[in-house]
Amino acid sequence: MTAQLSPPSAAACPGCLAAPAEAVRPIPEDVQIALSLPTIHCQACISKVERTLNAYPGIESARVNLTLKRAMIQAEAEVQARDLIPVLEGIGFEAHELDAGALSATQNDKVGRDLLMRLAVAGFASMNVMLLSVSVWAGATDATRDMFHWISAVITLPAIAFSAQPFFRNAWSALRVRQLNMDVPIVLAIVLTLVTSLWETSLSGEHAYFDAALTLTFLLLIGRYLDYRTRAVARSAAEELAALEVPRAIRVVDGVEEEVAVSSLEVGDLILVRPGGRMPVDGEIVLGQSELDRSLLTGETLPVFAEPGLAVNAGEVNLTGPLTIRAAAVGQDTSLHRMADLVAIAESGRSRYTSLADSAAKLYAPGVHILSALSFVGWYLYSGDFRVALNIAAAVLIITCPCALGLAVPAVTTAASGRLFRRGMLIKHATALERLAEVDTVVFDKTGTLTAGTPELVNLGDHGRQDLEIALALSEGSSHPLSVSITRSARAAGIKPADVSDIREVPGFGTEGMLRGQRVRLGRAAWTGADQGTQTSAWLAVGERAPAAFLFTDALRPGAEEAVQGLRAAGKSVLLISGDTTGAVSDLAARLGITDWVAEALPEEKADRVQALANEGRKVLMVGDGLNDTAALAAAHVSISPASALDAARVASDIVLLGSDLSPISDACDTAVRATKRIRENFRIATLYNVIAVPLAVVGLATPLIAALAMSSSSITVSLNALRLR
Amino acid sequence: MSVLTYLIPISLILGSAGLAAFIYTVRSNQYDDPEGDARRILSDEWDDHPKP
Repeated sequence: MTAQLSPPSAAACPGCLAAPAEAVRPIPEDVQIALSLPTIHCQACISKVERTLNAYPGIESARVNLTLKRAMIQAEAEVQARDLIPVLEGIGFEAHELDAGALSATQNDKVGRDLLMRLAVAGFASMNVMLLSVSVWAGATDATRDMFHWISAVITLPAIAFSAQPFFRNAWSALRVRQLNMDVPIVLAIVLTLVTSLWETSLSGEHAYFDAALTLTFLLLIGRYLDYRTRAVARSAAEELAALEVPRAIRVVDGVEEEVAVSSLEVGDLILVRPGGRMPVDGEIVLGQSELDRSLLTGETLPVFAEPGLAVNAGEVNLTGPLTIRAAAVGQDTSLHRMADLVAIAESGRSRYTSLADSAAKLYAPGVHILSALSFVGWYLYSGDFRVALNIAAAVLIITCPCALGLAVPAVTTAASGRLFRRGMLIKHATALERLAEVDTVVFDKTGTLTAGTPELVNLGDHGRQDLEIALALSEGSSHPLSVSITRSARAAGIKPADVSDIREVPGFGTEGMLRGQRVRLGRAAWTGADQGTQTSAWLAVGERAPAAFLFTDALRPGAEEAVQGLRAAGKSVLLISGDTTGAVSDLAARLGITDWVAEALPEEKADRVQALANEGRKVLMVGDGLNDTAALAAAHVSISPASALDAARVASDIVLLGSDLSPISDACDTAVRATKRIRENFRIATLYNVIAVPLAVVGLATPLIAALAMSSSSITVSLNALRLR
Repeated sequence: MSVLTYLIPISLILGSAGLAAFIYTVRSNQYDDPEGDARRILSDEWDDHPKP
């Protein structure tokens, strides 16, 4: 009779049960354009964007996802993202193109769905079985109890076969290489419990642990799902950062420009790089004059003059004039990718870190097995009854089973990562928080990390009003970072531009014009007839007069001072290692009060220095953004890079700072310390419950009720303790 | 006690109906954009007739 009570196939194949296929909305697989819309926030924004996009000729459908702040567009082939961006900006929304290829992994989030499905089945089954168990605990006897046990068995067996699969798989892969992980005792407990419970039920026995086996699976799946969610959120945000850099280049074939994907470039291709663009490949300049910003690669802030014949590396930024380069190395052979070798070497050191959960499992798994085996042997020798001994061994396993341990770490990391995410930090690596908590030394890179990478005029007051007016007139004719900085400072000081005529920009040199019959120039030292000093500078030459220097320093990144002060206040030593010139580095170190600094460091030296600190037994946090930092980022105990960093640096680091503010760093260290403390506390709480319940199980006093109480209450305590972090 | 013959199947059927509904929502991507869906319902754009 009982067999028909359970709805056919309900738990064995939940997929078949819910198969109204026609209503299932397919994932748009042929999305051609993805746009990031960081400013949308309300229902009106959604309709406005969708209406505008759907009205655009050539667009088949457009759908906005407010959670991800993205628009997915299906369109005919001739519609280009760069045509849509001005349309959206016209109705007041900032839009950026996303590389749809880099986003593909987020879209078909199969693993997450799979886990959620298993969680739902386990939840449904455990609630039903728990209800039946309550009647048994309340005093159901004889035939009623047997019937309840049989119904429970019918629900439990298929439900566990489906939902506990992740544990079976993990345990099997660990056992195959003769290792023990947390999943081995879990699987052993589940299987042994089911076997003894079935046996007990068939003999009309009193103790069946179906509810415990299911609740255990349910609670552990919650832990797994939390863990998965935390990492999925970080991965999707990291993917979005990567997708924002659309890898396209302009190839020139027989004088005709065409836009192609960087991956399709070949050695020998001619590539046009517009001002403001980044070099897609390594190569040699064949046409044009300009200046190059190499700060992301070397840490130098001084722009380099570029002319035909100069070798350029992928990642350098072209500043003033258009350049045509001939590709010398593409894809995997570029200097950007060669740096990956350094990273790989440095990373091999880090994989030695064992997470708290793993070290707990190492202590715990053998202990549980030995304890359970000992109680089995003890009871078998004492009573000579195989059934009693097996029952007690199963009770010991189920009571010691690590549902609290399985929740202890994910619950805390979810709470801590959520807290840090709201403050603009993305935790990419699962053990990054634990490692961050141990940090005692912080190494900063200078350019682009402590500084914003934008120059700031420092000697505005040294110049006469007339000179400033001329400089402003000339600087407004250029988009060079130094010119932009002069324009901003002069405008802020209330200067009006002089009446300079015939202004033209000479790419690679500067801007010149005519003022009352005199030639005026603003630009590089050699071009204006001055001597280049050590500091970043632009020179103003008026007629035959000696040129006047405009000096710049790199503007500090917001929050840099707070971050450094906060870290020092927390008792950590702060170092500055930069590839820039000695003068620039010592200035900055003095401004921030950092006494320990190294200048003109090569990428290998940075990594070696970090390694040397690690060998001294220090736990190093590296904060850097450039290609020259990549190896050091990978060599450090834990690393942080800002969102503006090169892709390679972001990949090598454990934590990404989403905003431009550095101040969350010291707070993050604090949160990490507290998170680790909570994890340890959670382990202690779980152990305490075990210490109370295990003796009961070993002496044979454990009932299914005690097992259920111990398991649920320890899991709830642990989760609540984790929530205190938020 | 014979009432159990009805009550247990009823509870199981109701439970599995809930499970089926949940699985349907997961399979039809209803958790992809929770924030957007919560706001879309405020739009009066398709109030009079369904979206074609």
